[in-house]
Amino acid sequence: MDIFLQQIINGLVLGSMYALVALGYTMVYGIIGLINFAHGEVLMVGAMTSWSVISIMQDAMPGAPGWLLLILALLISFVVCGLLNFTIERVAYRPLRNAPRLAPLITAIGMSLFLQTMAMIIWKPNPKPFPAVLPTEPIAIGGAVISVTQIFILAATAITLAALLFLVNRTKLGRAMRATAENPRVAGLMGIRPDTVISVTFIIGAVLAALAGVMWALNYGTVQHFMGFMPGLKAFTAAVFGGIGNLAGAVVGGLALGLIEAIGAGYLGALTGGILGSQYSDIFAFVVLIIVLTLRPSGLLGERVADRA
Amino acid sequence: MNSKRNKFAVFLACGILLMVLPFLLQPFGNSWVRIIDMVLLYIMLALGLNIVVGYAGLLDLGYVAFFAVGAYVFGLLASPHLLANFAGLAASFPDGVHYNIWVVLAVAALIAGLAGMLLGAPTLKLRGDYLAIVTLGFGEIVRIFLLNLDRPVNITNGPKGLMRIDDVNLFGVDFGRPLDLGFITVESVSLYYYLFLLMVIMTIFICYRIENSRIGRAWMAIREDEIAAKAMGLNTRNLKLMAFGMGASFGGISGVLFAAFQGFVSPESFSLMESIMIVAMVVLGGLGHIPGVILGAILLAGLPEVLRHAAGPLTQLTDGRLAPEILRQLLIALAMIVIMILRPKGLWPAPEHGKSLVKKD
Repeated sequence: MDIFLQQIINGLVLGSMYALVALGYTMVYGIIGLINFAHGEVLMVGAMTSWSVISIMQDAMPGAPGWLLLILALLISFVVCGLLNFTIERVAYRPLRNAPRLAPLITAIGMSLFLQTMAMIIWKPNPKPFPAVLPTEPIAIGGAVISVTQIFILAATAITLAALLFLVNRTKLGRAMRATAENPRVAGLMGIRPDTVISVTFIIGAVLAALAGVMWALNYGTVQHFMGFMPGLKAFTAAVFGGIGNLAGAVVGGLALGLIEAIGAGYLGALTGGILGSQYSDIFAFVVLIIVLTLRPSGLLGERVADRA
Repeated sequence: MNSKRNKFAVFLACGILLMVLPFLLQPFGNSWVRIIDMVLLYIMLALGLNIVVGYAGLLDLGYVAFFAVGAYVFGLLASPHLLANFAGLAASFPDGVHYNIWVVLAVAALIAGLAGMLLGAPTLKLRGDYLAIVTLGFGEIVRIFLLNLDRPVNITNGPKGLMRIDDVNLFGVDFGRPLDLGFITVESVSLYYYLFLLMVIMTIFICYRIENSRIGRAWMAIREDEIAAKAMGLNTRNLKLMAFGMGASFGGISGVLFAAFQGFVSPESFSLMESIMIVAMVVLGGLGHIPGVILGAILLAGLPEVLRHAAGPLTQLTDGRLAPEILRQLLIALAMIVIMILRPKGLWPAPEHGKSLVKKD
């Protein structure tokens, strides 16, 4: 029971981060029908930037409280990632808005590779320990333990999701986003500027990814230039799992994937008598994905069949 | 008439150039011949993937899995690994397992083709991006299995991979050591070059024949509009499975050649990045257009390697930050972005549809 509770907590924490990144994928996909392959790299840049900010600040004013550093790092990486994703869209995707469908996918992959390489040049390829800015003593609840970082991750995700929900459903901007997703041309006739809306969507997605990146760095305590790849891939899986283009689906898919992975990693070894260990947890995610998509080809919450092949 | 003669002359010149290319490069060192060997392998891979992505329009991001299947089939059948780990087998093969390359090629093509169809079966209903992510997942699954199948029974030898794989042995010629023809000595890498060249020419021939066949046109019909193709009476299910199977067989064959050429295989050669590179070659060159795909493969596989050799001074200038490996990645990334923005249909796209109906020669 303790292990189970523990794996639930771990799964929720992992799933929250997946959900934040998956939202970025799904919003972009919902509006322009593009898989932003570089999204995982935005997460990496967010984590790297926050590492730089915290390292510099710790030198500049020793003894500053950890939460202050964290907030500062978060804000700066929001700005950096927002600008970055805005630029990516301008440079790599906008010129190809009406091109064959595979073309922007290739530029997206190229962008991802480019960002990884640039990060390797700027920050050097070695892994860097991420300073522990939050208290590290674990808190015991009902036989399991949870760290302050994990509480921060869960709380920040909940707040962010609420804010995003409000933004999309209650504000004028949100309405414009939904209209553009429905039909960019008609939205244009209604006085919405699709290009602006698309830019804003990319910026929001980047902020979410940056937040997830900082969380990832805090949780695992190390940053490196290729750290964005796996979370990006998994989050994309989560977005497809939940039904790509669907915001609630991204959150459900992210949390579900996190839980599946954590519980799978915890129990796989015991279930199969030690033949399949936790090193297969990555497979777990993909196998579940394949099964779900075979049974429900448009994802858990996806309604329409994606018909953009 | 004259233009036809010119065409023939160009063809002949290209042929002669291809025949003597290894001897031209040999003086600069074997590493240059190795580069063109790898380029030829990538051309085969790209042409194989072109069947799936270019003709049938099924975006496959896990293609490297079939390459891995082929490589490991040869690795298991032509290295001491199997016998060392399964005592029961060792008794029935006192001289070790050394199958003829043709047998292995056929077996690998068959196994990879079956794997392709196995992957294709659950994905038939999926379209576009869903298909992309499932194939990607499949590729990762294969890689993770290769990485971890050293326990409880050691089949793939895990991250260390399979070593001491036999060289190709054809008509009594051992490709592992230089061949002395009396007046000239052909290096091992050059022998492989001719083998690969032969295989690439065969692949190109098969692809051309497929493209203009009933099946090829059916694939293109599915690519353009699946529902319409179905309405025309095409069996889209079987055709799609066939595309997956055929594409995968080419991947498997390239895998065998790769394993023999390298002499060892390990899971790290079959990462997702590799799949993505092959997709990029196909799309960058020109989807569904054989010369374009070849061009894409040459550009992405060859040029960065060549430039890497010229990168020495730059590395020193930048204090080691722009190491050759990094520079190569940077170049590939920039090429993908810039070429796609300037030429969204690829560098050398296929001619418009209906052309084959008008022009007959």
